[in-house]
Parts: sequence; structure tokens; C-alpha cells
Amino acid sequence: MTGVGWNSLLGIGILIGLVAAGRGHDAVFQTHGWVVLILCGIGFAYRLTRDTSSRTADDEVYFDGVVRAGVIATIFWGMAGFLAGAAIASQLAFPVLNFGSEYLSFGRLRPLHTSAVIFAFGGNALIATSFYVVQRTCRARLALGGLGWFVFWGYQLFIVLAATGYLLGVTQSKEYAEPEWYVDLWLTIVWVAYLLVFMGTLLKRKEPHIYVANWFYLAFIVTVAMLHIVNNLSMPVSFLGSKSYSLFAGVQDALTQWWYGHNAVGFFLTAGFLGMMYYFVPKQANRPVYSYRLSIVHFWSLIFLYIWAGPHHLHYTALPDWAQTLGMVFSIMLWMPSWGGMINGLMTLSGAWDKLRTDPIIRMMVIAIAFYGMSTFEGPMMSIKAVNGLSHYTDWTIGHVHSGALGWVGMITFGAIYFLVPKLWNRSAMYSARLISWHVWLATIGIVIYAAVMWVSGVMQGLMWREYDENGFLVYSFAETVAAMHPFYVIRTVGGLVYIAGACLMVYNVWRTILPPAHARAALHIQQPA
Amino acid sequence: MTNRETDEATGVETTGHEWDGIKELDNPMPRWWLWTFYACIVWALGYAIAYPSLPFVSGAPKGVLGYSSRANLHADIADANAEQADLLQKIETLPLAAIRNDANTFQFAVSGGRAAFAVNCSQCHGSGAQGSPGYPNLNDDVWLWGGSLDEIHTTLKHGIRFQQDDDTRFSLMPAFGTDGLLSRPQIIDTSHFVRKLGGLEHDTEAAERGAPLYEENCAVCHKSNGVGDRKQGAPSLTDAISHYGDGLNAIAAQISRPRHGVMPGWKDRLDPATLKQLAIYVHSLGGGE
Repeated sequence: MTGVGWNSLLGIGILIGLVAAGRGHDAVFQTHGWVVLILCGIGFAYRLTRDTSSRTADDEVYFDGVVRAGVIATIFWGMAGFLAGAAIASQLAFPVLNFGSEYLSFGRLRPLHTSAVIFAFGGNALIATSFYVVQRTCRARLALGGLGWFVFWGYQLFIVLAATGYLLGVTQSKEYAEPEWYVDLWLTIVWVAYLLVFMGTLLKRKEPHIYVANWFYLAFIVTVAMLHIVNNLSMPVSFLGSKSYSLFAGVQDALTQWWYGHNAVGFFLTAGFLGMMYYFVPKQANRPVYSYRLSIVHFWSLIFLYIWAGPHHLHYTALPDWAQTLGMVFSIMLWMPSWGGMINGLMTLSGAWDKLRTDPIIRMMVIAIAFYGMSTFEGPMMSIKAVNGLSHYTDWTIGHVHSGALGWVGMITFGAIYFLVPKLWNRSAMYSARLISWHVWLATIGIVIYAAVMWVSGVMQGLMWREYDENGFLVYSFAETVAAMHPFYVIRTVGGLVYIAGACLMVYNVWRTILPPAHARAALHIQQPA
Repeated sequence: MTNRETDEATGVETTGHEWDGIKELDNPMPRWWLWTFYACIVWALGYAIAYPSLPFVSGAPKGVLGYSSRANLHADIADANAEQADLLQKIETLPLAAIRNDANTFQFAVSGGRAAFAVNCSQCHGSGAQGSPGYPNLNDDVWLWGGSLDEIHTTLKHGIRFQQDDDTRFSLMPAFGTDGLLSRPQIIDTSHFVRKLGGLEHDTEAAERGAPLYEENCAVCHKSNGVGDRKQGAPSLTDAISHYGDGLNAIAAQISRPRHGVMPGWKDRLDPATLKQLAIYVHSLGGGE
């Protein structure tokens, strides 16, 4: 995008913000108008005052500025999301921590946590790594000029609007799709720009074939666009107000929501991060990918089967039996296609297993893949109706999600960050390998505590709910099951804090790698080739 | 492919592609993986034939097994109801005392009462019926409105100071302070006397001044010796149990502007058998008379 393009875009943003702030029909819409106005104003001021004399980006082969920004944003939102998680975990154990404030209540902080981790942390990680990977594996500079920057900043604006909306109580009551219609529209624009940049880069590639990582990234971008648009179809009450009504109702609404929700897991957290794995694992291990054929078969079977598995979120509900059956059998068939990625990831290390001892980044990635394998076995198992009858609505689901999110998504991202930071900032290596090693262990211990405790708590909860005495009466009231979970909630919070402690080491490590102390900086430049 | 090569570490050929230094081995798919995948597909087909899986325009076929989750649920509920039917029938028809004396029915009623208590009563009276300030403990033998089976049953049906029920148990203590019936010093003196009735530490002179005030204003309900009156729900002032505290200030506050407990009547919300089970259960907790 050209300078004129940026200036007009920010100008339009300021105008829209002004109208929304001044004429909005409710306080939230007005506040969001102010947010847009202020952020676009800052952007405009920055463009007017910045120094353009040192621009060298055009001289470089690759467009890496946006990847650098993406890595920083990933770390920043990751910490925000983890801390929000620790906050709501503490609230579940000690409700007094809601502080009687609606802004800090569990109901508003919970979507803040899930969206911050999935969309802000995960989304930035996917955008940044996909921009890095697609350029390298296509030997082509990112397409469409500065549009990559629009994708980055547009996505950050989406995150800020979503997060402030949650705190102010805006929600369309769809899990993982809580933001209202105007934020959804904005994300659609940003996402289409993302698709154009990615596709454009693929089209101008200098390699004869498209690398497997890019198949997964492309599947992620295309499918998420489809899911996002369909699930968020709604009619705004007013074009200057925050409220809208969904196009769907009743069980159709539930099924659309879980078609979306399940495939957000499938295409955002699985396909997208498999793309990440397919580049960073072979690069870090310096080994060829294990099996080309396996990657083809497991890619297409994963893509085809995942999209039908959503109804398993609605077992034993008003959803017709036939849809429940299909949701379950497609989930079972999905087991091996998911494991194809695990096999290809782990077996890529054959011939390089010794690196597990010497390279903590490889260790991080291998543990990520192990958690991927575990949660993609657990998922199909939990979709079996007999198992689901026990596990559904309990903490078991929370444990399952976190072994996937903390273990797979988190750790493969940390691995990618440790790979990228030295390359992007022109350093020979991360500041400290020992800190990476510590991070691996703290993260692993944190997840194991978290997941194990949630399994015990979830199974206990499910068993207590269905416990009848010999006369056929329920044994426990709901409140008694909640009271029984208290110790597990406390231990879960501890597990989360251990995980966060590891992430703090990463923040410090990245900080010191990018910004070494002044006396070390001089030496660094001598060591580094240009 | 011209640039296929053999990987040294594994002896496997590559596919000849390369991206940013990444090559691909030409390994076959692991057999166990492929066969497990096939097995899952076969199982899925079998399951889809056995259970409902096809949406037709006029409705979905039930599959070979004729499965329906809704029909199963109704059958399960019918079975559960059938198993309880005899004893529930007995509870509905027999008087409370007779239920109390029939070991089987009694045990069933306590069980059902405990389940109903956990759902409907524990919010105020606590999971163990231990009560909390303002909400009576139901395990002890101190009763406001009576602890016999029939008295408990009546309380359950009609509630206490429950406006929607004309037969509810009702009494109000006058607000001696806010309605100007007693002066502040008189209330303090009476409070000292009430503490004396309860065997608590008090100012002897103040209690002496309070005695005639008590006799004149309080004894009609709480009785001269402070034992209270269950007909009016007037608590005994002589035992160690107090609903709103037994400190001097707490007693003075209660005399000045009394708080009154409210319990909903359950006769329109729970069926007669459940109400009887609850009466039996509460009665069995230890303080039943």
C-alpha cells in the first residue's frame, strides 16, 4: 500500500470514529468510536512526523518488518491472554476476586481470556509465521506491497475492539465469536486482505511446487473466512448501535455455532499450527520431512473430515440423532488424519534424535507435537457419545482444550519464536539456551499439572452429577459438586502460573536477544555478517 | 525427477523438491497408520448403518437398531418412575406417623427428602441443614414453630410469613425503638434483662430496671420465664441459640427494629409426596419430636 493509501485509510478511520463517537446510539458504540478515532489519529500523527530517510525495506529480498512486529505482538498478547487466564482461574477458586465489579466479572473476563489466547496470541503467531514461511518457501517477497502492514494493524485494531467490547459487556453470545457485527465486518475486511497477500505471494512464487506448510496455512485462511462470515450473519438493530440479532435461531443456531466453534479449533488451532510445524520443525532439526505421501493424504483427509465433526458438541441435545451420529463418526475418522501430522513431525527427527539432548528448541517442538498427538486422540474419544455423556459440560473439556492450547499451540509457537527472533533481528542465537531449557520444563510441568487436575476434577464432577442412591434419588446438589472442585481449582491455578513463569523467561530472553546491553551491542555487530 | 537423492541418515530417497533448504523423504505411509485409518472408516460406516445417520426430506430413518435418543430418555424415565412408584404411592396415602414406623418406606422417604432438600432448601439452611445467621439449624432440638412431623409438614407446605399463602405461619414483633414504644435507655435495660434470661453476662442494675419493661412488653409472647411460644413462633430466650446474635447491641437492635425470617411455602412447587419426604427427612435429622 502506498503512502497516499495509508493516509486516506487513516483519514477515513478518523471520520468513521468521529461519527460513531458522536452519533452512536449506545455508550459502547460511542466508546468504540473513540477507540477507532484515537488509534487512527495516533497512526496519522506517526505518519506525519516519522523519519523516512532510513527506509531500507525495499532493498531487502523479503518483507520482514511485519513479521518482526507480528512476533512482538504474539508475545505481548500471549502474556495478556495467559494472565487473563490466571485471573479467571483464581476467580473460580475464590469468587471474591470478582471484586463485585461488572468489568472484572468472570463472565466478561472469560471471553477476554479465550479470545486473547486463540485470536490475539494464536492469530498473530499464525499471521507472522505464515508471512515469514510463505516468502521463504516461495522465494518471493510478500505480495501487494504494504498491504501486509494493513493486515497487521487491522488485526490489532480488531483485537482492541473485541477486548474492550468484552469488558464493556458487548457480546453476541456465541462462544469464540462474541464480538458484535461491526467488529465482525472489520475482521472480514482484514481477513480478505490477508488472503490476498498470502495468495498473491503464492502466485508469484519462484518454486515449481507449493510447500506443504503453505497448504495448511491456506486452508486455515480460507476456511476461517468462511466460518467467520457464516456464523456471524446477523441483522444490526441500528447502523449506529452495537446490538444485532443472529440470522439463526434455536437448534439451527446451535449447530451453526458449533460448526464454527469446532472448526475454529480444526482450522485455526490445528491446520494453521500444522503449517507452522511443517516449516519450523524441519528447519530447526535440519532434516527432510519424513513422508511426502503422508503429508498429502493426511492434509486432504484432515480438511475433508474436520468440517463435519462439529455436531459432537451437541450430543444429547435437541439436535436430531442423525446429525449427532455424523458428528461422532466423522470425529472418529479424524483420529488418524490428525495423527498423520504428529507422525510427520516426530519422524522428521529420525536421524537427528540426538538433538533432543542438545537443542532445547527441538525439545520444545517435540513436546508440542506430543501434546498434539495426545489431544487429537482425546478429542475423538470424547466425541463418542458414551464418553461424552460423562465428560460434557465438565472440567474434562477444559483440561482437553488446555492440553491442546498450552501444549500444542503454545509450545509450537514458542519454538517458532525462538527460531525466528535471532534470524529476524540478525543475531547468531537466542541470548540464553539455558533459559529456553527452563522454559521447556516449566511449560511442560505447568500443563501436566493443569491437565491432570482437570481430568480428575472433570471426571469427579461428571460422576457426582449422575450419582443416584439405591432408591433412585440424586445424591448431590449442584452446589456440592462445585464445593468439591475447589481444591482442584486452586491447583489448576498453580499449574497455570507455572506455565506463565516459563513464558516470562521467554519474554526476558527475547528482550535480551533483541536489545542487548550497550556494551554487548558493539561486539555483536562485529560478529554478525550483514 | 532429476534431483532425487538418497538421504544419508536413513537411506531413503527424497522426492527431489526443495524449499528454503527443506527436502521431503519419499517414505510410504506407515502401515499401522493406514490400516487404523481404514478401520476407523469401516467402523464409522457400520455405526452409521446401525444408528440414524441419513437426513431425508420426510424425516431421518432410525438405522438398523431403531435407535432414538429421545425414546431412550423417555424409557429411562419411565423405568425410574416405575421403580419408585410403589413406595411413592405409599408415601402419598399413608399418614406421616405411619411412614415413620415402616422401615422400608421411612428409609426411602429420608433418601428422597435428602435429595429434595439439597436442591430446594440447602441454599438457606445449608447442605448439612446446619443453618446460618437468620436461618435456623434443623439438626438441633430447638424449634420456632414446632418439631413434630405434622408441624414441620405444615411449615413446609405453607411457609413462614409467606405472602402468597393465606395459611402461612405468621407473627410480627413490634418495632419498639423505631415505632417509639420504648426509649433508647429502656431498650438497653431490656436487652440486659434478656441476656440475664439467657444466662449471659449482664449489668445487674440495668437488668433490674429492664425486668418490668420485659414483663410489660415482651412476656406476652416470649413468656415471663423467656421460654417463648411456638404458636406464635416466638423464640425461647433462655437457650444458647439466637438467630440474629446474642450480643447486647444485637439484642437491642432486634428489639428496636426486629428482623423477621421468611420461608416460602412449597405446596404449589413440590408434589405432596416430596413434601412428606422432606418432613420425614428434616424430622429425622436429630431434633424431631
